[in-house]
Amino acid sequence: MTKYAFYPGCSLESGGIEYGMSSQAVAEALGIDFLEVPDWNCCGASSAHMTDHLLSLALPARIMALAETLPVTEIIAPCAACHARFAAVEYELGRDEELKQKVNSLLERPYTGKVKLRYFIDVFSNPETLKEIENKVKKSLKGLKVACYYGCLFVKPPKIMKYIDDPENPQSMDNIIRALGAEPVPWPYKTECCGASLGVTSEDQCTKLCNDILRIARDSGADCIAAACPLCQANLDMRQVTVEKKYGISYRMPIPFFTQLIGLALGLNPVSLGFKKLFVDPAGMLKKVGVA
Amino acid sequence: MGEVNLSQVLDQNRSFVDRVIAESGQDIRQCYQCAKCSGGCPGSTAMDYPPNQIIRMLMLGMKDKVLKSQTIWACMGCNTCTTRCIRNIEVASVMDTLRQEAVKAGYTDKAASVISFNESFLWTVRNFGRLFEAGMAMMNNTKTGNFMKDMQFGLPLMLKGKASMFPHRIKGRRELKNIFEKTCGGGK
Ligand code: SF4
Ligand code: SF4
Ligand code: SF4
Ligand code: SF4
Repeated sequence: MTKYAFYPGCSLESGGIEYGMSSQAVAEALGIDFLEVPDWNCCGASSAHMTDHLLSLALPARIMALAETLPVTEIIAPCAACHARFAAVEYELGRDEELKQKVNSLLERPYTGKVKLRYFIDVFSNPETLKEIENKVKKSLKGLKVACYYGCLFVKPPKIMKYIDDPENPQSMDNIIRALGAEPVPWPYKTECCGASLGVTSEDQCTKLCNDILRIARDSGADCIAAACPLCQANLDMRQVTVEKKYGISYRMPIPFFTQLIGLALGLNPVSLGFKKLFVDPAGMLKKVGVA
Repeated sequence: MGEVNLSQVLDQNRSFVDRVIAESGQDIRQCYQCAKCSGGCPGSTAMDYPPNQIIRMLMLGMKDKVLKSQTIWACMGCNTCTTRCIRNIEVASVMDTLRQEAVKAGYTDKAASVISFNESFLWTVRNFGRLFEAGMAMMNNTKTGNFMKDMQFGLPLMLKGKASMFPHRIKGRRELKNIFEKTCGGGK
């Protein structure tokens, strides 16, 4: 059985609860084991990052050190912001022994780098698992047009994220969507920033970026935008109200997580996949694929 | 920009520029001023100087102008600039360093809301180990005197069962407190 250290991060227990629900359900259906990192702390996200360099490394390094107590070789973080912080730990501490010691002097359990960061989408998009998904599809999502939205932090910058996926036109989620029988639409905003980090501080700018993404997805013919990060998802889902107020456009574009779509195709119950937790009602989209 | 004696400015602020280079790990002197970073920057419409100009101003040692710019706070850290720079400069990392420098130097008037948000966020992490959104919102609203601000999302989140009324406290809270104390002096 494939095992990963699983870092939910704060969002998977609050705003992105359906991401956690669907990820666990889909993993179980595919025989993948997600072992939660014991006594995990918040990664500090951009707030630590803007405050102090050492703090921004020590918080995620503690988590990665705790993951080393599990019988795994890799750790995954479904939240792009958490993922980016782990990637920074690997990159910065990996090339600077002195910095690594400095960070470790702050931790009760040292970070060795033994457990490597794995790209969360790749847990499902790697060739073997993709085959497995294809074989297990019970309810093809044929006819559904999906704009795959990777967000910015999962793929950029490639030097630090060091993935096979293209930072400007990634394919991993598109391949998953195709395996489910649905159609990934080509569109240019796959990795464009949604401005979530500005939501509290510069709402206008954030609303504009959301509107751009929603508009281009709609104009590309998408029935929904599949998200891979709880922050992107919450921003695009909840902010459609604000977008409507400011731009007078009512998109009603459902923003499911890609894991929810996998679950649907595997024949899992939409309620257990957290479809009821989405703000923009996904009923139309579910009807299109003959669910509910 | 008015008239400035560039070599004089540069001399005075050399230690600042050196520190930015060291902290960010980016040799900004490699910049060709091709402006590719600015072309793809999703935050540029809200900036007073585009990213390439910030790099140029840094090279010229214009510390005050850079640290007081709107740019460093309009930057969302999306890494598009870093991804596209032909000279391998991590422009986003330079922005990170500049924000930290601005806070340390007290140039915070353009960033009051960001800083208050960050402080409230980190306050909950320091005390509980994890982000406690309701606590953060409350503290942030008190700091900014804007009590209704987060309500537009708070209530809907609550109704969807997505907001917890109570913080989760991790066991390693002492370890976290120590991390905060030894890095940013415990935060505010
Ligand atoms: S990025 Fe957000 S969700 Fe992820 S751990 Fe950090 S605060 Fe929590
Ligand atoms: S797209 Fe938005 S939420 Fe997603 S990683 Fe980028 S800024 Fe964060
Ligand atoms: S892309 Fe790089 S080289 Fe070009 S202006 Fe920006 S920082 Fe300078
Ligand atoms: S990281 Fe900042 S400066 Fe760079 S492209 Fe994104 S918003 Fe612009």
